[in-house]
Amino acid sequence: MANPTWFTRVSNFLTQIQAVSDTEFRKLRRDPSEVLTRAFQPAIWLLLFGEVMANVRGLATSSSSYLDFLAPGILAQSVLFSAIFFGISIIWERDLGVLHRQMVSPAPRSALVLGKALASGFRGLTQATMVYLLALILGIHLALEPFSILGVVAFIWIGSALFSTFSLIIACLVKTRDRFMGIGQLLTMPIFFASNAIYPIEIMPTWLRALSSANPLTYEVDGLRALMLADGITKYGLATDFAVLFAATSICVVIAARLYPRLTE
Amino acid sequence: MPTNQIVIQTRELTKVFGSFSAVQSLDLMVRSGEIFGLIGTNGAGKSTLIKMLTTLLPPSAGTASVASFDIVEQASSVRAHIGYVPQLLSSDGNLTGYENLLMSARLYLIPRAIRKKKITEALERMDLADAGNRLVGQYSGGMIRRLEIAQAMLHEPAVLFLDEPTIGLDPVARHTVWNHLLDLRKQEGVTILMTTHQMDEAEALCDRIGIMHQGRLTVTGTPKALKDHMGKGATLDDVFAANTGSDSEQSGRINAVKQERESARAHG
Ligand SMILES: Nc1ncnc2c1ncn2[C@@H]1O[C@H](COP(=O)(O)OP(=O)(O)O)[C@@H](O)[C@H]1O
Ligand SMILES: [Mg+2]
Repeated sequence: MANPTWFTRVSNFLTQIQAVSDTEFRKLRRDPSEVLTRAFQPAIWLLLFGEVMANVRGLATSSSSYLDFLAPGILAQSVLFSAIFFGISIIWERDLGVLHRQMVSPAPRSALVLGKALASGFRGLTQATMVYLLALILGIHLALEPFSILGVVAFIWIGSALFSTFSLIIACLVKTRDRFMGIGQLLTMPIFFASNAIYPIEIMPTWLRALSSANPLTYEVDGLRALMLADGITKYGLATDFAVLFAATSICVVIAARLYPRLTE
Repeated sequence: MPTNQIVIQTRELTKVFGSFSAVQSLDLMVRSGEIFGLIGTNGAGKSTLIKMLTTLLPPSAGTASVASFDIVEQASSVRAHIGYVPQLLSSDGNLTGYENLLMSARLYLIPRAIRKKKITEALERMDLADAGNRLVGQYSGGMIRRLEIAQAMLHEPAVLFLDEPTIGLDPVARHTVWNHLLDLRKQEGVTILMTTHQMDEAEALCDRIGIMHQGRLTVTGTPKALKDHMGKGATLDDVFAANTGSDSEQSGRINAVKQERESARAHG
């Protein structure tokens, strides 16, 4: 607290982030049905896809089952899928007029964006809870000590922030819900399949391997795989995973903050 | 009451969308404490002008200052000194009235120690004290408008912008909103720039009015002066017709409504 004006500025900024994230949190608590129904998707992936693919030779390694391998991938997938359509709800808020109220306030646009990004973390965590419950039931070997859980929380939060901010950028560019739906669907599949979420990078052709290494979702999955599983290992190292996600999020926040005012023009 | 201090001033303010000029080289001056009404049919450019003055929309040309800050160079200072009630309903229906105000209080950095007190007072002043903990989705149109005004006034801005503040309200709710606006001006001395397309509203509220037509301000003055200028027994409707071209008005109106709906879908 050497410099009080600096301290005041930071605390003001945090208050303005909270202004936005708190309203999202209240709404989610009031009506969690949307997030809960979305949790069916990861359940289907684990139960149907996982159980079948576990029998495919070359996917299962000797030390761990394919289901163990898949669970963190599906967790990351649920984070991606719920965050990537975040932009729709923001366009919806713009159509209603709710967004205008935030945009005419003196809050820095970056605070408004971060408030939304943070809020999307709540959603990610709600989904993660469902995936964890299911994983326990399926007998997946989860790491349940506090450090691992905290680590998973951190990765889900930053992953949600990253993909929701990315989604916000798209919303600012396309501006309408119809166009967004198309683009959202177009983007999700490549991001998902060009990653290590459902198969190891090692079995990919070279070009896809390159694409995967440039895909932030790969680092999300890699981090989750290390933290979520009892004998989890990382390919890139937790520090690298987190650094990549943090850098990508920062870039997206900067771009989103610049584009955000376009929505209410 | 109006003083001599100028609070809003535009110089050749212009907004073009593609090849279409929504606001054309507009000069406007509003003094402190005034209630100034912009009258015009749908598509006249009223909302576009307000969006520029509230910093939501960058102008294509010209300059403007609000509360003595430049709307482009000092946008953030402008925002700190204005309140805005948009044409669309801007309160969140999935939050309570209290929660909507809490969000505004935080965005405008009202100190935590007095937040609760200010919110309670704001609800009381707008006759919403009993509804504070109800979801806004259950409010009537008039209640939502009052809540929006409470949100826009929470940080005690110097200027309040209201875009069609009583559109879609029943006559009783309209009069309630009018009374609240007159009270706000009297008690807080806030300057108000509002738009309307209803002559009775302009007459009931505005110290001065400006008639907008096809992006231009065709005439400004007190309602009385404008009527007197037209001749004995003239109404504001007559003034309006004379300044917008009554002939083309009906067809122009339908096109404008169509255009307005389309652009609302495309751009909000
Ligand atoms: N973002 C936009 N892009 C293109 N045209 C627009 C946009 N916003 C408004 N317009 C057009 O500008 C004109 C003026 O609109 P507006 O300011 O909303 O009028 P008013 O509020 O007086 O009814 C209308 O013809 C409208 O269709
Ligand atoms: Mg309008």
